[in-house]
Amino acid sequence: MLKIENLKASIEGKSILNGINLDIKPGEVHAIMGPNGAGKSTLSAVLAGRNDYEVTEGVVDFLGKDLLDMSPEDRAREGLFLAFQYPIEIPGVSTTNFLKTAINEKRKYLGLEPMEATDFLKFMRSKMEEMEMDKSLTSRSLNEGFSGGEKKRNEVFQMAMLEPKLAILDETDSGLDIDALRLVSAGVNKLRNPDRSFLVITHYQRLLDYIVPDFVHVLYKGRIVKSGDASLAKELEVKGYDWIKQEVEAAV
Amino acid sequence: MSEPEVDIIDQVVSQEYKYGFVTDIEMDTAPKGLNEDIVRFISAKKNEPEWMLEYRLKAFRYWLKMEEPNWQNFNYPKINYQDIIYYAAPKQKIALDSLDQVDPELLKTFEKLGISLLEQKRLTGVAVDAVFDSVSIATTFKEQLKEKGVIFCAISEAVHKHPDLVKKYLSSVVPYTDNYFAALNSAVFSDGSFVYIPKGVRCPMELSTYFRINAENTGQFERTLIIADEGSYVSYLEGCTAPMRDENQLHAAVVELIALEKAEIKYSTVQNWYPGDKEGKGGIYNFVTKRGICEGAYAKISWTQVETGSAITWKYPSCILKGDYSTGEFFSVAVTNNAQVADTGTKMIHIGKHTKSRIVSKGISAGKSHNSYRGLVKVNKKAEHARNYTQCDSMLIGDRSGAHTFPYIEVNNNTATLEHEASTSKIGEDQIFYCSQRGIGLEEAISLIVNGFCKEVLNQLPMEFAVEAQKLLAVSLEGSVG
Ligand SMILES: Nc1ncnc2c1ncn2[C@@H]1O[C@H](COP(=O)(O)OP(=O)(O)OP(=O)(O)O)[C@@H](O)[C@H]1O
Ligand SMILES: [Mg+2]
Repeated sequence: MLKIENLKASIEGKSILNGINLDIKPGEVHAIMGPNGAGKSTLSAVLAGRNDYEVTEGVVDFLGKDLLDMSPEDRAREGLFLAFQYPIEIPGVSTTNFLKTAINEKRKYLGLEPMEATDFLKFMRSKMEEMEMDKSLTSRSLNEGFSGGEKKRNEVFQMAMLEPKLAILDETDSGLDIDALRLVSAGVNKLRNPDRSFLVITHYQRLLDYIVPDFVHVLYKGRIVKSGDASLAKELEVKGYDWIKQEVEAAV
Repeated sequence: MSEPEVDIIDQVVSQEYKYGFVTDIEMDTAPKGLNEDIVRFISAKKNEPEWMLEYRLKAFRYWLKMEEPNWQNFNYPKINYQDIIYYAAPKQKIALDSLDQVDPELLKTFEKLGISLLEQKRLTGVAVDAVFDSVSIATTFKEQLKEKGVIFCAISEAVHKHPDLVKKYLSSVVPYTDNYFAALNSAVFSDGSFVYIPKGVRCPMELSTYFRINAENTGQFERTLIIADEGSYVSYLEGCTAPMRDENQLHAAVVELIALEKAEIKYSTVQNWYPGDKEGKGGIYNFVTKRGICEGAYAKISWTQVETGSAITWKYPSCILKGDYSTGEFFSVAVTNNAQVADTGTKMIHIGKHTKSRIVSKGISAGKSHNSYRGLVKVNKKAEHARNYTQCDSMLIGDRSGAHTFPYIEVNNNTATLEHEASTSKIGEDQIFYCSQRGIGLEEAISLIVNGFCKEVLNQLPMEFAVEAQKLLAVSLEGSVG
């Protein structure tokens, strides 16, 4: 699905990703944890194609294609989805209208006819039920005036609508209350299937109780310094990052 | 602004104006220049009664003594008023009774503009008056309107057929002494639309005038007069285009609206005159005086405008709220790109008690264009409990464009309530990235964001036109960003 080799990226001359290696197979769920400022959001932004970052080295293969060579919109149309840590507001544009545009742009890219308005609404209604989304949110301006938790739920709803092959969730659990966390996790679990992979960035083991990952990686100073299975997250919950930091410093 | 955005701005540069063609048709024109003889010539062409000619001459003599205004927030090359042709009309018999008599070239022209004058293809529910250079070509649905007593015709026709109404109301809202361009228009106005809605009648369809400047070196000076009698309602739309030409052309129209007691007039404009090329060569100077009066109690006038074209737009559709409890509204979207300039806004003059006004202005500037909102809210001494709400939002695309707001307030009665809100935003890289991450490409993203920004105003337009306006916004901003 996604194969990252020796990925290095910098911003304004400052190196942030220092050689990332990661291999995600179809159907797998990978969790990335790590202290603040480690480069987690940077990794997701680079994968999504944000052009503020300069990729200085490395290759990324996404479903047999050179990901770094594609425009951000083409990456999305090929099936890459990023749930933003800080979703953006677009005043005056409803989630409905936004998603209709997004879906039809993707269909155009794939050489398909635009979706009929009625089919789209039907599709959306079924996804809203599945994700337990409230009607009032989808008719309002996208993310405008949404609470932190509502924004995150809206990201997951968009993911459900766009049916990506690889979904990157950047701290989607932050800011969610306990019920919302359960809903969001249930939503993600419903979307899990053998052809869809997830890269879940989180600070909290709590989320991983609901979305049980196949692998857990620790990102520190722009490198993956430790990988393991779900139990690694539990260990981190208890011990924090200091022991890993020490291991890294000792190795230098 | 960060690097990447600049890159993309430079990348996408082409902007096409798809209405830039010229119709090849035999014209009857006045000689260039302006003097009393030209005024007489125009009046004679229209076979006008003496009183109309007198009015024109008075306006002309007054105009001669006036100075061109210079308080605007932009510069434009001096206009040589002797270098303009003030009358140009397709050579054709004057009284047209049926569309069969209209030159096929003209029908084709309007067809190409998406305005069909032929029975079978007409937009249902919209009656159209088509004005080509200085004359009205055809008015559709006349018969159906007549049944309700609605008069919708060329103003030159109204001068002959409804002289009492014209005499009573023409110049009653915008006197020729009002301003330089109003005086000029009063002297040389060629054609335009006349509307009268009788007492208690709800006009059964949208009325629409489509203005087309075709001839070279010609100015367009149309005159529109709309009277809504007590308790009546009308929704009126105005659209316009012009060929691409290297020289600037002057458009100085006057629009007067009169709403009597409990009457409502909704006036919408989708302005798409040729804006000039990327460097600012050519394009229409759009200097228009539009004003409405709520003459009676509970009357209401709403202006909605979507301004995308013209090299320079300089207009302030205004409301005089004379009747108690009357309402004035102004909804505006002004888009400027490349070297365009727009200085637009409104005046709300509160005279009656409990009068209300609402202003929603959305300015979008791209390229190196300038977009100004200029508005006056005036509350007279006797206007007890007047209310105004003003909202001015500007959106900048790129970092070479400018947005300016000049809100003027004059309150002479302390029971008035005025609220003002203003904001300036930029289409952010964040918003564009967010869209692109969902698979939405750049141009589509801009159009989505801009349409969202203007939503409140676009919602005011009748359905068919809202869709048109949305497309127009996208086209106007093509190549602007970002
Ligand atoms: N535009 C920028 N200019 C300079 N430094 C930046 C910029 N963007 C990110 N950084 C730096 O890059 C580093 C990695 O940031 P990133 O947002 O990827 O961290 P993170 O692991 O997602 O942290 P958190 O857990 O707090 O979300 C930080 O030190 C941050 O300050
Ligand atoms: Mg982060």
